[in-house]
Amino acid sequence: MKKEKTMKLSLPVEELMTSGHLACQGCGATLAMRYVLKALGQKTALCIPACCWSVIDGPFPHSTLDVPIFHCAFETAAASASGLKAGLEMVGDTETTVVAWAGDGGTFDIGIQALSGAAERNDDIIYVCYDNEAYMNTGIQRSSATPYGAWTTTTPVKHFKDRPKKDIDAIMAAHRIPYQATANTSYPEDLFRKMKKAKEIKGTRFFHIYAPCPTGWKSRPEDTIKFGRMVVQNCIFPLFEVENGEKYTINIKPREKKPINDYIRFQGRFHHLKDEDIRFMQEEVDKSWERLLKRAEG
Amino acid sequence: MKKVIMGNHALSWGAALARAQVIAAYPITPQTQVVELLSEMCASKKLDAKFIKVESEHSAMAASIAASMAGARTFTATSAQGLALMHELLHWASGGRNPIVMGDLNRAMAPGWSIWTDQNDSLSQRDTGWLQFYCASNQEVLDTVIQAFKVSEALMIPSMVILDAFAISHTYEVVEIPDQDKVDAYLPKFNPPFRITPADPHAFGGLTGPENYFELRYKLQVDMEKAPALIEETGREYEKAFGRYLGLVEDYRCDDAELILVTSGTAGYTARVAVDALRKDGVKAGNLRIKVFRPFPFEAVRLILGKAKKVAVVDRNVSYGHHGIFYQEVKSALYGHDHDVPMFGFITGLGGRDITVDSFREVAQQSLSKPKPDREISWIGVKR
Repeated sequence: MKKEKTMKLSLPVEELMTSGHLACQGCGATLAMRYVLKALGQKTALCIPACCWSVIDGPFPHSTLDVPIFHCAFETAAASASGLKAGLEMVGDTETTVVAWAGDGGTFDIGIQALSGAAERNDDIIYVCYDNEAYMNTGIQRSSATPYGAWTTTTPVKHFKDRPKKDIDAIMAAHRIPYQATANTSYPEDLFRKMKKAKEIKGTRFFHIYAPCPTGWKSRPEDTIKFGRMVVQNCIFPLFEVENGEKYTINIKPREKKPINDYIRFQGRFHHLKDEDIRFMQEEVDKSWERLLKRAEG
Repeated sequence: MKKVIMGNHALSWGAALARAQVIAAYPITPQTQVVELLSEMCASKKLDAKFIKVESEHSAMAASIAASMAGARTFTATSAQGLALMHELLHWASGGRNPIVMGDLNRAMAPGWSIWTDQNDSLSQRDTGWLQFYCASNQEVLDTVIQAFKVSEALMIPSMVILDAFAISHTYEVVEIPDQDKVDAYLPKFNPPFRITPADPHAFGGLTGPENYFELRYKLQVDMEKAPALIEETGREYEKAFGRYLGLVEDYRCDDAELILVTSGTAGYTARVAVDALRKDGVKAGNLRIKVFRPFPFEAVRLILGKAKKVAVVDRNVSYGHHGIFYQEVKSALYGHDHDVPMFGFITGLGGRDITVDSFREVAQQSLSKPKPDREISWIGVKR
């Protein structure tokens, strides 16, 4: 007898993001939105400040998403989400998940005050930072999320970024919010599970999503997913959760920690780096991985 | 019910009677009592509202805008530096057509640090697309907050209810607190035509090209132009319900006046005393107090000033390199309308320097001694 084989899908087939978006090829931020909405469902409202996604969604009167969006001012993602949540509750809607959806510039730099304020108040919002490691929408200028060594249009190769990436996860943990996580579109099931979990928690929840940007990183669009796997294997961007700012759980520990060289060599933004620069970067990655392991043990 | 309350609490009472649903505010002298009383009202459930205790005025306005987008009636209050910090978002609120009502305590801008009154903070926000009401008494503050919600929600344009630091904010007066059910009848629930809801998903405020942006701004101006008639109409309704008319301007002994003193804010009430004193001395003086500054009440101003032989505009503000701001606006309202009345511009009272009856006597004396102004600005009471 013939036995019919069926594949079990690990994510819902329903889409809240339609085709017709305006993202570049290989955009990690676009995939991130698609997966996040699969986890959160239709009863979601987004506050999107100035960032790539304020363009990706499409110009007025178009929108690629089947959830409401408030396009808000650059530095206001968190405050807007707080206000929207309060407003919705006062008009009788207590179910909608309100999400602030901002890039790294809008989170690490100009929006950090409002984010810190909302987190300290523990406002009932999910804040998602999709991190493509520079101001990509304005044309690749450095942000405080840009990693050490990277070229951007404001950190030219003769004076590349000479400071490490700001540790936003530690900053958020210091606010002792109920839940925070890092995520990555190369591990969609992990992202989906954590977002589902976050949805059921009340208070401020923070997601830091790694989002490759072929345009800004001078990389190939087809490498986006590969990069996502590499940064977990080489511990540049580990996947972990933190509860109440204290309980760290590392979601994927590489069996064998890979060196960062391959990852660096695939990206034009690092082409100018000498071996000693990469050695320095490797040391920094090792240190921060050790720090994370300690926190997870503690 | 009659109560002796400070001007700041008149703002709080106005917001509470209007049943504001979301309040997002940050403390600044001299506004603090506004939010203190509202916090108490929210905590004791006297007022069913969410109070978001934000970390800056910028976030106060951001949260207010988003709450308004959800369809909630929203109130905030600030002053001076705080208002300036909100500047970007004031455009956002009017451009997004969010009928927020905000109290602004007129306080001088730093440096040097000043907590005392003048109007440069609110007048610097003249072109942000907000209605601006300048109040002269605690009662007027309370009444205007309620009226402002009605006007704002009808037009989907935000309102600033403006009062002088200390001269109103910390001064206690007897205020008639209207009955809640009467206020409810005057001001029904806020029910905006569009709101953020997953039940009907739209993108608000997205990228808008030259083919659409122009029309959005045109529509804002068209609706702004509807405001004067609506303010008069809702002011008459208010009078019917509560016995106090709320109009665009207030004139005092202007009918036969040869010299009309034009003022705004609390200086208007001092001007009335000055008018009486001047009349005793044989000068036929009158006072026009401009209450609504945006939209500018062209018709009402022309109607009253057209009768005068001379006009003296007294500004508690300055546009550096130009005139006092009310002076500019009053002149532009009369230009080309057969009202060729000599108009004098005076600046006084900056940073909370007192404006007294004697200040107005000097204004009158200077205005009457010359057939027309011989300088762009006259400064009253300045140490040279």
